[in-house]
Amino acid sequence: MSNQPQIDGHNPIIICQDVHKWYGQFHVLRGINMEVHKGEVVVIFGPSGSGKSTFIRTINRLEEHQRGQIIVNGIELTHDVRNIEAIRMETGMVFQQFNLFPHLTVMQNITLAPIQVRKTSKEEAEATALELLKRVGIPEQAKKYPGQLSGGQQQRVAIARALAMKPKIMLFDEPTSALDPEMIKEVLDVMVELAQSGMTMLVVTHEMGFARAVANTMYFFDEGQIIESGPPEEVFHNPKEDRTKLFLSQILHH
Amino acid sequence: MTTLHSSKKFLPPPSERSTALGWVIKNLLNTWYNALLTIVTLGIIFVVLRSSLIWAFSAARWEVIPANLRLFLVGQYPSQIPGENDQVWRLWLDLYILAGIIGLSWGVWVRRRETVAGVLLGFPILIALLPFSLSVRALLVGLSVAGLIFWWLGKRWARRLQRVTISLWIAYFPVAVLFIRGFGAEEAAFMPNVPTRFWGGLLLSVLLAIVGIAVSFPIGVALAVGRQSSLPIVRSFSVLYIELIRGVPLISLLFMGQIMLPLFLPQGANPDRIIRAMVVIVMFAAAYLAENVRGGLQAIPKGQYEAAYALGLNGFQTMVFIVLPQALRTVIPVLVGQFITLFKDTSLVAIVGLLDLLGIARSVIANPKFIGTQREVFLFISLFYFVLSYALSYTSRRLEAALGVGER
Ligand SMILES: Nc1ncnc2c1ncn2[C@@H]1O[C@H](COP(=O)(O)OP(=O)(O)OP(=O)(O)O)[C@@H](O)[C@H]1O
Ligand SMILES: [Mg+2]
Repeated sequence: MSNQPQIDGHNPIIICQDVHKWYGQFHVLRGINMEVHKGEVVVIFGPSGSGKSTFIRTINRLEEHQRGQIIVNGIELTHDVRNIEAIRMETGMVFQQFNLFPHLTVMQNITLAPIQVRKTSKEEAEATALELLKRVGIPEQAKKYPGQLSGGQQQRVAIARALAMKPKIMLFDEPTSALDPEMIKEVLDVMVELAQSGMTMLVVTHEMGFARAVANTMYFFDEGQIIESGPPEEVFHNPKEDRTKLFLSQILHH
Repeated sequence: MTTLHSSKKFLPPPSERSTALGWVIKNLLNTWYNALLTIVTLGIIFVVLRSSLIWAFSAARWEVIPANLRLFLVGQYPSQIPGENDQVWRLWLDLYILAGIIGLSWGVWVRRRETVAGVLLGFPILIALLPFSLSVRALLVGLSVAGLIFWWLGKRWARRLQRVTISLWIAYFPVAVLFIRGFGAEEAAFMPNVPTRFWGGLLLSVLLAIVGIAVSFPIGVALAVGRQSSLPIVRSFSVLYIELIRGVPLISLLFMGQIMLPLFLPQGANPDRIIRAMVVIVMFAAAYLAENVRGGLQAIPKGQYEAAYALGLNGFQTMVFIVLPQALRTVIPVLVGQFITLFKDTSLVAIVGLLDLLGIARSVIANPKFIGTQREVFLFISLFYFVLSYALSYTSRRLEAALGVGER
């Protein structure tokens, strides 16, 4: 990519140190260490059940970690509700299943949080929402309900909804895996544009074309650990671990 | 419900496509054995119903109904008390306002359901077929006219009237009760107080049901949310309350309310019996409502909470803006069903001595003038309960369909 945005290499915006998590007896995350810098695009991939979703959800506390440290934007995630709220305001999240609010219009979906949480005025929130809808390419859908949109459109609304809170970090958990093939591109295009605009992004995805185009660092997860990490060129062309090789050969041949 | 289905055979609803006669020929007489079956069935039905029919048309003393109609409807609501002027106009005022608001709401929100609006607004005319005096009939027809006018207004200015209509609904209820109860004790007052002991008949039944559902609604929602709370005290209180109330029959709660409540209250505090019954009904309805709402809450996918939290909404905001609107929408049909059940259940207050529709019926039968008219009276009030319940469920079902309620 020609216009890769600048990455601030000194002050990481996310720091994970030795993060562990258990579901009952099951050890899902087994010592994750990661540093993400401002403007960096991170792609996380790995086999099903390896803990990718669980990890990305610990960053905005949808899941609690039980050992180690997570510091986001200078705030450590603890049981303190104020810290959790502060971090959630700085992180947007996009889910595999979109999770739009079906009883609200597209416009209301996007403006709800800015109005209720950031206390923005309705007019301002709506103006921002309209801009964001233009940015994701569907300004004409503002008055519709999510159920009236295609999957690709819904996911773009979900991205706009997250962006409306003006987050510093965007988390994506397999944003395109619930989509039909012809809709994947329209969502990826939005994400590529977002990456190029300098947003810090953590993306769980198996879209290797996307990773190649915009990722700065890729992390390969297996059984709750980071097996391998590095820039895309290295991971794709010169993987060090056998498990990475095997997994890549499987997903690249399909 | 089975009776409804089988009665269809005999009274097919008129439709644009086929006439009633056409329907009979097509469905009942299309082959010789179907024709035979139809005739035999009719024969059996006739034999079974013969004695009832003979009774209904010759022996029954139906005059007990018109003679006591007013009692059935409003009990002793002041009118016949010598020296006091008739206060029933206050009930008419309530009804007229209600008809106006219903018409308005229909016009504002419901599109392309003109037939249902017709049925709804024609309802008072249907009631006017009962043996009322001419002036009462005129007033009933007037209700339909009022509804129609406001329906038209609502259609005309639908957008502008939405908020007004919602506020009218919210304001209607307390205002209506205030009109019934009156204010200012003096004789000369514009709306003198009518003590609750004079409230009776259908008026009381409907009031008990409406107070029951309206007041229990917020309590029930709070209990349902409380039951899912992560705070142990709130959760166990909600569970305890819901299970305790649901484990006891309404009738025994009503008895407790009438007989035992005064024991717990401080000396001198002696709320009147109708208020006590209302409190019991509210407490009872709240527990069931909580369970129904819980069903709706559980139907909300986890992803909705997660999306809300991820956006920074706190637990309360998530409940109010995301979860409850969806949960309540899905349970509206169930809540309407509960309301209808509650309306019928209020007849239990007759057993603790209140003069609701059933209580009035029992007192009419006890009147020496009308000895031996149990069948007529009970048939009549059963019919009354049925017609009202069915009208409620019919309109609500159509309204739900029109508004897309109950689907997600
Ligand atoms: N709430 C839960 N309770 C118990 N176990 C869970 C829970 N959520 C996830 N798990 C388990 O934790 C493991 C990791 O799950 P996770 O969803 O993080 O995997 P993933 O890498 O995102 O997989 P996928 O590619 O299928 O989305 C899986 O084995 C899963 O069964
Ligand atoms: Mg996952």
